[in-house]
Amino acid sequence: MKQESDTVFSLAQRQIEAIVIGASAGGLQALSVLLVGLPKNFPLPIVVVIHMPEGKDSKLAEIFRARLEIDVKEADEKEPLHPGTLYFASPGYHLLIEQDRTLSLSREERVHFSRPSIDVLFESAADVFGEHLCGVLLTGANEDGAAGLRAIHRSGGMTIVQDPAEALVPTMPEAALKLFTPDFVLPVRDINTLLVELEQNNA
Amino acid sequence: MCPDRTLDIELRLLIEGIYLKYSYDFRDYSGASLKRRVLHALSKFECETISELQARVLHDSQLFSELLQFLTIPVSEMFRDPTYYLAIREHVVPVLKTYPSLKIWIAGCSTGEEVYSMAILFKEEGLLDRTLIYATDINPQSLDRARRGVFPLERVRTYTQSYQQAGGKSSFSDYYTAAYDGALFDKALMTNVTFADHSLATDMVFSETQFISCRNVLIYFNKSLQNRAFGLFHESLCHRGFLGLGSKESLDFSAYAGHFEPVVKKERLFRRL
Repeated sequence: MKQESDTVFSLAQRQIEAIVIGASAGGLQALSVLLVGLPKNFPLPIVVVIHMPEGKDSKLAEIFRARLEIDVKEADEKEPLHPGTLYFASPGYHLLIEQDRTLSLSREERVHFSRPSIDVLFESAADVFGEHLCGVLLTGANEDGAAGLRAIHRSGGMTIVQDPAEALVPTMPEAALKLFTPDFVLPVRDINTLLVELEQNNA
Repeated sequence: MCPDRTLDIELRLLIEGIYLKYSYDFRDYSGASLKRRVLHALSKFECETISELQARVLHDSQLFSELLQFLTIPVSEMFRDPTYYLAIREHVVPVLKTYPSLKIWIAGCSTGEEVYSMAILFKEEGLLDRTLIYATDINPQSLDRARRGVFPLERVRTYTQSYQQAGGKSSFSDYYTAAYDGALFDKALMTNVTFADHSLATDMVFSETQFISCRNVLIYFNKSLQNRAFGLFHESLCHRGFLGLGSKESLDFSAYAGHFEPVVKKERLFRRL
């Protein structure tokens, strides 16, 4: 892990163009804290996979739209990523990012028993954005997302893992920490601060 | 640091090579998911690089058949999204009943789960005897499995639930015989079904139809290939014919948006204008 001065340095060094977030059990709560206070003109698109039961309509977009200033929607296939917009993956479909920075969906097999899978989103995003990507992995009860976050790390992107000590279910953050050392291991409140800093960085 | 694009170059060459050699056209498929599937295939075929896989595929047609299983997505379920089938019963069937004979097209039928589901629905609505069902896919192995009509018994419980939610009028077990770990579906359901190799990317329209169901196929296509497929559907459907898509697929923003009207928007059921 890096020291405070390194943090500032690494933030100043890079131009982040998108944020991807993955969460499972306990994710709703963590995400509420994580996203609070992001301004309407937040300059980045945010794409989120939260594991949800298949076969039901997702109410995620509705829930978060009421709480946040940024635009919130369920991801549609082939739609271009817009800044200041939060996209939720639909239950039952993997969500991927294409080279032309549009979203695409897939009904392929589940990954880590999950569809949408965090790994699938993260790996495709890493491939598109390289070092200009920020990946955040939050609380969860399985190992989905760990390999994806490592892919972001390997492509030079910024990686943040929720502090397992704070996570409602630490399995997911711990799985990532077992694979590699991310740039930051932080409580959600501090990740929120960091995202807001990113915004000022990009402004 | 710029991401290394060698992989993308190799992928494009592989896809181009497959098209030139085997006439399977994946050139306008969505890249991210295709790439994922090819990388998955690399480990299966023990190839270090896509270039190595390309060389082998071009010289070994048997290997290509195996690779095709990775390039296509044979993931399907019976009565998937029960509300879709319920909407067909309520909004499509009453109109279809006014025709003396019917032709319907299940495009991208994969291993046949949707075909059997539709045949059961049509039987219960009294339409099956006067309906010809075309079930098409580009994957011959999937079509073979569809023809066999044996599905894993372990999944039948889920299917039974979905069947009931889809407005099933009978007992689901009437339609299959359980043997070992498989459920063999009633061959009588398939009397009027024609399974055929057909590509939405390269083939033409083969018949006029009153109803087309094409679910979770177009999500793998880019915009231009989607438009080609919509063009085929538009050409095949009779005036006021029905088109059903997957729950996340849409005609909005396509070149054919103005040529169809929604019937049940949430279920992605449309009608040709």
